[in-house]
Amino acid sequence: MTKLHVSEMEEIAARHPEIFRTSLWARFRMPLIVLAAVLYGVYCWWFFAIGAVLGNANWSLAGTYLADWVSYEVRPEIRMDDHGTMKIVYPRFSPLGENPNPDWLTAERQTVTRTIEVPAAARTTAPKSTTSFMAPGAALGSAAAEAVTAAPPATETRTEDVVTRAEVTMGRSTRIEVLPGEVTVQHGDERLRVAIDGSTVTPETQPLPQWATQKRPGEKVVLSFGIAGWAEIEPDEVSIRKRFLGWANFVFDTRSPFFDKSVSEVFSLIAWGDRIDPARSNLSLAWNNILYNSEWQHLDVWTKLLQTIVMAFVGTVLATLLAFPLAFVAARNITRSWISNQLTKRFFDFLRSVDMLIWALFFTRAFGPGPLAGMSAIFFTDTGTLGKLYSEALENIDDKQREGIKSVGAPSVAVQRFGVVPQVLPVFVSQALYFWESNTRSATIIGAVGAGGIGLKLWEAMRTNSDWENVAYMVVLILIVVFVFDGISNALRSRLIGRNHH
Amino acid sequence: MAVNTLPKDFSESGALIERHWQELAAKRRLYTWLGLGLFAIAFGGSLWFANETNAGKFFDRLPHLFDFVGDMIPRDGLEIFRALFDLPSPYYDGSFKYNYPEGRHYLTDSFYVPEYFYKMLETLNIAIFSTIVGTVFGFLFCFLAARNLMPNWFVRGFVRRTMEILRAFPEVVLAGFFLAVLSLGPLPAVIAVSIHTIGALGKLFFEVVENADMKAEEGLRAAGANWIERVWFAIVPQVMPNFISYFLLRLEINVRASTIIGAVGGGGIGELLRLSIGQNHQAKTLAIVLLLFCTIVAVDQLSAWARRRLVGDQAFQLAQ
Repeated sequence: MTKLHVSEMEEIAARHPEIFRTSLWARFRMPLIVLAAVLYGVYCWWFFAIGAVLGNANWSLAGTYLADWVSYEVRPEIRMDDHGTMKIVYPRFSPLGENPNPDWLTAERQTVTRTIEVPAAARTTAPKSTTSFMAPGAALGSAAAEAVTAAPPATETRTEDVVTRAEVTMGRSTRIEVLPGEVTVQHGDERLRVAIDGSTVTPETQPLPQWATQKRPGEKVVLSFGIAGWAEIEPDEVSIRKRFLGWANFVFDTRSPFFDKSVSEVFSLIAWGDRIDPARSNLSLAWNNILYNSEWQHLDVWTKLLQTIVMAFVGTVLATLLAFPLAFVAARNITRSWISNQLTKRFFDFLRSVDMLIWALFFTRAFGPGPLAGMSAIFFTDTGTLGKLYSEALENIDDKQREGIKSVGAPSVAVQRFGVVPQVLPVFVSQALYFWESNTRSATIIGAVGAGGIGLKLWEAMRTNSDWENVAYMVVLILIVVFVFDGISNALRSRLIGRNHH
Repeated sequence: MAVNTLPKDFSESGALIERHWQELAAKRRLYTWLGLGLFAIAFGGSLWFANETNAGKFFDRLPHLFDFVGDMIPRDGLEIFRALFDLPSPYYDGSFKYNYPEGRHYLTDSFYVPEYFYKMLETLNIAIFSTIVGTVFGFLFCFLAARNLMPNWFVRGFVRRTMEILRAFPEVVLAGFFLAVLSLGPLPAVIAVSIHTIGALGKLFFEVVENADMKAEEGLRAAGANWIERVWFAIVPQVMPNFISYFLLRLEINVRASTIIGAVGGGGIGELLRLSIGQNHQAKTLAIVLLLFCTIVAVDQLSAWARRRLVGDQAFQLAQ
């Protein structure tokens, strides 16, 4: 490798002064821009109070919400009774259905007969009227007297199925064993025994292992096992939150007769099973159950998604159809009238600069929530943008073709049709496709403002902070739609004007 | 049918060519009409579906389209400016509707920034800050996604797919999720717009990089420069004007986007606009619309001027 001598380097520098002796501004503008950006970042850090907001954020909540996107919890509660027995209770809308009996929760059951005191009011039965309705007063009087005489409390013998011992398998090495008055937790090598007596919770090993926390002595103990779930040991009950990967009851909800059946079972039921509902075939029943799944609301989600797609499609088509003729009026070289050029161009600017948000709010007020409002908003904004682009494209066309057609005496419409349109049509269509694609994306957010479609449904699902799995479902659908439409639009565009040209 | 119209005086081969041409033309016509027919069906179906699923039907609502414009006329023209500059209204009756001085943002004891200007500043800051964040990350990632600089298809594909997902992910969901975690304030909007901007600018950036002239890079490679040096000294100076132009273009888009995000709960002027339209506050609504309109026009003009200076007329291709 040869090395340059100092004098040679100076000679080169003298030969190219424009590279080695530039103005101060040219030399320092990059660092200056970066410095300005950094300073602005600091200002925004202060303006948005980013540090404070991030510090106060509830990050564990974020973890739970994110986990909710792809998993669900089953929440049995093991309640202590007064008689040294227990009861396992599931919430009303448990994803396991009406009579859950999961294999990760084993319970030892016992049938006990015991006498319990029944309050008088509960035992008093409604008076039976033996007399005719013609003399209601007499009947009521005698019944009231009867109720009063039955007032002293009595006992009743009841036979019940109770749980004497329950064991929950939370993970491969995590087990929670619940006995009346005592909970034993095994997590890996560590073991925690907790005594509960109806009013206090007393862990028997101190200090508590890392995965267990108790805020104050005697209060509930919270056990967290990461993605496997968590549990709370309270004085009179143990609440289990076991987390499962996946979307619960995505196809059939718990009320459906097809719930909790394997795929082959469902198919055989549909194909040759007896009719469950005598009024219709099993296939239509199954389809109906899927569409009206109460948890996932497939039909509603699909309808709303279609609304969003339609919003973008119709809005863009209408905008193109209106912008096309108006662009000819706005183009200087086609309509030779300064006033109409300026009027049309300012009209485009107006449509564009009144934000899509304002149009959306305006049309939501006018048409009510729904796709009409969204498509009108897209129509108005994009007429402005497309009109501007189209008129600029028209002003840049090659004039020779027009002149050629004019020279053979063609009427004005024919001049435009054969002299102008063939030049600009591919560009016009390609730009329209581009806007269609981008509107498919932005129609979601227009919807959330109130214009209907999937955006509004997403917003409603997010507001409760408990339906993140539905949000995930809709996001997946939106992503699929966006990618498919991107593909279609790209394919059409590259057919129109060749690759690498957008 | 087409064959019958052949003139008699063609030679044999001429007739063959003419017939073939007419066949091709007929096929093309058929495809055009088929395409138009499909398009018409899709369009008509869409219109019907939109009307059917809308809360109010188009033809029922059309006569009332401008009713609400009438509702939006304030009691006098000056009210708009009183609302805009937070001056007390003569119609003040204790209600929130005419209580313009409420919400003044005092900088000193006597000097205040009117509420809407302050909120507009917030929206602008959301837009500018998230465009900067998006540009920085887009800049860092775009070289990894460009075919001419990243021969490893796995890295390239991964970065590109990530950008696509960032771009297509609904902003509403990002805003809503961070709203749930970070509680109220403009930060969820900043995050949502930034993430979208990373994806959008990253794509535009790497397309610019792929079209860059590789001769300078080749020279540096011959001199033994490593990857970072080659990118920094050969590619970056070429693409910088285009990058800045795309930055400005994105800024225009983000001003609108942050207004809309604001309306779904992200703070800023958008939220105020939605509330005041919903509550029928005529003067306040018109004041916000006026302010928003002027700001958007100003940002557009400024950015168009700067872009024209930077890269000339080719900067006017629109991209989103």
